[in-house]
Amino acid sequence: MTIFIEIFQRAVLTAISLLFGCTGEIITEKSGNLNLGVPGVMCVGGISGFSGALMYEYFWGGADNPNAFLAIVIPLLFCLLGSLLMGLIYSFLTITLRANQNVTGLSLTIFGSGVSNFLGGFLVKQVSPGAETANISVKVSTKYYMAKLPFSDSLGWFGDMFLSYGFLAYVAILIAVLTALFIRRTRPGLNLRAVGENPATADAAGVNVTKYKYIATCVGCMISGLGGLFYVMNNSSGVWANDVVEPLGWLAIALVIFTVWKPHFAIPGAIIFGGLSVLPEHLPKFVTIPMDAKPLIKMLPYAVTVIVLIFNSLRKKRETQPPEALGLSYFREDR
Amino acid sequence: MQNIPAIRFENITKRFGNKVVANKHVTMDIQKGEIMALLGENGSGKTTLMNMLSGIYRQDEGVIYINGEEAHINSPRDAYDLGVGMIHQHFKLVDVFTAIENIALGMDKKESGGTKEITEKVKAICDKYGFDVDPKKKVYNMTVSEKQTLEIVKTLFRGANMLILDEPTAVLTPQETDKLFAVMRNMKADGKSIIIITHKLNEVLAISDRVAILRKGEYIGTVLTAEASVQSLTDMMVGEKVELDIERPDLEYKEKKLSVSHLSCRDKYGVTVLDDVSFDAYGGEILGIAGISGSGQKQLLEAIAGLQKTEKGSSIIYYDNSNHVETELTGLSVSEIKKMGVTLAFVPEDRLGMGLVGSMGMTGNMMLRSYKMGHSPFTDRNTPRDLAVKVKDELEVVTPGIATPVRKLSGGNVQKVLVGREIALEPSVMMAAYAVRGLDINTSYTIYRLLNDQKKKGTAVIYVGEDLDVLLALCDRILVLCDGKVNGIVDGRTATKEEVGLMMTHLADDASAVPHESAQEQSDASVQDAQAETIQETKEEGEK
Repeated sequence: MTIFIEIFQRAVLTAISLLFGCTGEIITEKSGNLNLGVPGVMCVGGISGFSGALMYEYFWGGADNPNAFLAIVIPLLFCLLGSLLMGLIYSFLTITLRANQNVTGLSLTIFGSGVSNFLGGFLVKQVSPGAETANISVKVSTKYYMAKLPFSDSLGWFGDMFLSYGFLAYVAILIAVLTALFIRRTRPGLNLRAVGENPATADAAGVNVTKYKYIATCVGCMISGLGGLFYVMNNSSGVWANDVVEPLGWLAIALVIFTVWKPHFAIPGAIIFGGLSVLPEHLPKFVTIPMDAKPLIKMLPYAVTVIVLIFNSLRKKRETQPPEALGLSYFREDR
Repeated sequence: MQNIPAIRFENITKRFGNKVVANKHVTMDIQKGEIMALLGENGSGKTTLMNMLSGIYRQDEGVIYINGEEAHINSPRDAYDLGVGMIHQHFKLVDVFTAIENIALGMDKKESGGTKEITEKVKAICDKYGFDVDPKKKVYNMTVSEKQTLEIVKTLFRGANMLILDEPTAVLTPQETDKLFAVMRNMKADGKSIIIITHKLNEVLAISDRVAILRKGEYIGTVLTAEASVQSLTDMMVGEKVELDIERPDLEYKEKKLSVSHLSCRDKYGVTVLDDVSFDAYGGEILGIAGISGSGQKQLLEAIAGLQKTEKGSSIIYYDNSNHVETELTGLSVSEIKKMGVTLAFVPEDRLGMGLVGSMGMTGNMMLRSYKMGHSPFTDRNTPRDLAVKVKDELEVVTPGIATPVRKLSGGNVQKVLVGREIALEPSVMMAAYAVRGLDINTSYTIYRLLNDQKKKGTAVIYVGEDLDVLLALCDRILVLCDGKVNGIVDGRTATKEEVGLMMTHLADDASAVPHESAQEQSDASVQDAQAETIQETKEEGEK
């Protein structure tokens, strides 16, 4: 039993990062912007949050005199700011300058993962020259980020499975639910969907297409960036490691397709994806598998996405197709 | 009429880039409670002028006054606030939204109320003017006419007092047009100003109070409809007298070139779009294909061309009469058909998508038909270059040079390049879909002449058209498609417009197939008849 709970917990920890990435990307894609820069955004979100925590603990006296509020808010703000910056770069290039979205997104991913790798090593060296990255962690912030919900210890397996995560996990689920409600039930949500489906129509109906695209992309990036922060704080216990966040970003993009652009589906979807991606580490506990087979198992989420894509394309239901204008720039005077 | 016009354009100029002047010093008025027709050839700046009124474009010079006050219209939102609503040619609707969602789009809950309030208000508008809208229906399930109705209701919902309709009848059947006109008269009686952009003179005469005419971006004048005639309007519109008759030579000798039988096709969603279509095409005649858009015209031509997968039991037999060979074309690819020695010319609807490569010059586009010829590993560029020069000279293609990318040419010149290339194949069967769509009258007539030349050479010409007047004037026989089925083949010399229009909407053996249209009343049937006769005599007008 305990082993299942442990696997479930590991799955959820990965799932929350994916859920942040996915929800953010759904909001962005609903506005017609295909942001393939999400992996980069998550990297930047992660490293920004990490540097915020590092600054607080090593330079601003957080380690000696820890303050719960600052230890949480400083990394959070850094993360949101860094992700927002990435969102603004993407928005300016694709919306204002109407650059190709795929090219911009991919460059942003390469940029984001490069910057985060560089900064990770650089910052740690500033804090403690000569130290290995793996030996420096932001303990104070991590402590608050990983704090369990009250009663989680007294509720047995239920508490372990559902209440034992840091507050960001519940924020992720809340954001996904609110996003689903926003998209489906509110007027601005209707306008947002219209912008992604048919920007010319939205424009003619008096919706400010540029504004919606900017806000959706930037807010989407900020939410996605939290996925990176959650990984650093909760999954790797405050230690920065290179090249681990980017794969999560790609999984998040696959998850968007898997959930057919519906944030409420993303909650179970993320747990399935999270489960599939932690499976290779835990499967050897039950069966002996050859080392070579691990990458094959890691591939499963992508294989499942391909199957969903095939199934969805065969079904041809209009409501589960991507936004019609996804990936296209909008220019009012285009004829 | 009141002294203050509902809308006044004063000295409006709009340029695109440095060279193209879409509107030049246009000054005109529209009164309250009148239907004003805005008439002009293609590229005369009608839509551009109206787009400035509806906030899509911004004028470079000049002032627009609404109800006597200077209006600054920077966005569609501003236009709505001023009571101006435009129904665009390409509907501005979101396909996956319901009717109500489309109406609510862009409005605050404070303005529009919740879904319930919207539904009630929509119902009130429908009752008042005679519309029929199903609030929960998704747009992708709607017919063209339903979409248009939704567009009009949407603008009325937003309190528009001034409506602009951009070629509203281009996609409608005659019966649907009558219904639209009845609604427009109701709106006019309610004091709304309506501007209708159109090419169709009979409609101008049937519906409008006054006609404003634009030519090459310039305002020519306004006349009272009661004092106008088809001839006088045409003269104002084209500026010079244009020969209106389309030639229809009678040829004695006709040989069977193509025999289509039991042809059925499905579209990518698995819906049957062509259902058991059978007909023969003869050399030396033009076979017209009529039908409301999306009745299977595209699939029919593409099936013959080898681009469309056909269902089991379909047969398309090509007769090579000189060699007495019959070739079955179904199941063959384009290149296999070509290898068989069958010369099919195809002028597709989507000129720069399927017909030509926009970023290549005329030579490159000519090469698309010939690049496989010869045995050299290098392609032969000289023959296509010569052909390009020949097409340019003979069809008077206006282009800076044969190397200029064809997408930079105007619509008419693009079509000339395409038709010129296809004719150069010396085809035995020539297919053209909407060959004059978007062309001005002069270019349209050039295309008709080229098709007639092919007919005289003994080619079987299949012409898919949307303008019934042109079809009736040009074609020897007209095959009418309705809902993917052949609903009859009529003689182009004796058939009437009403007859064909009715066949387009009512399946002969299954009247219930299109209950929506069949329920409509022909309130203006007599007016339509009178107009149709006038049109038959003069054979005017290029298509939209």
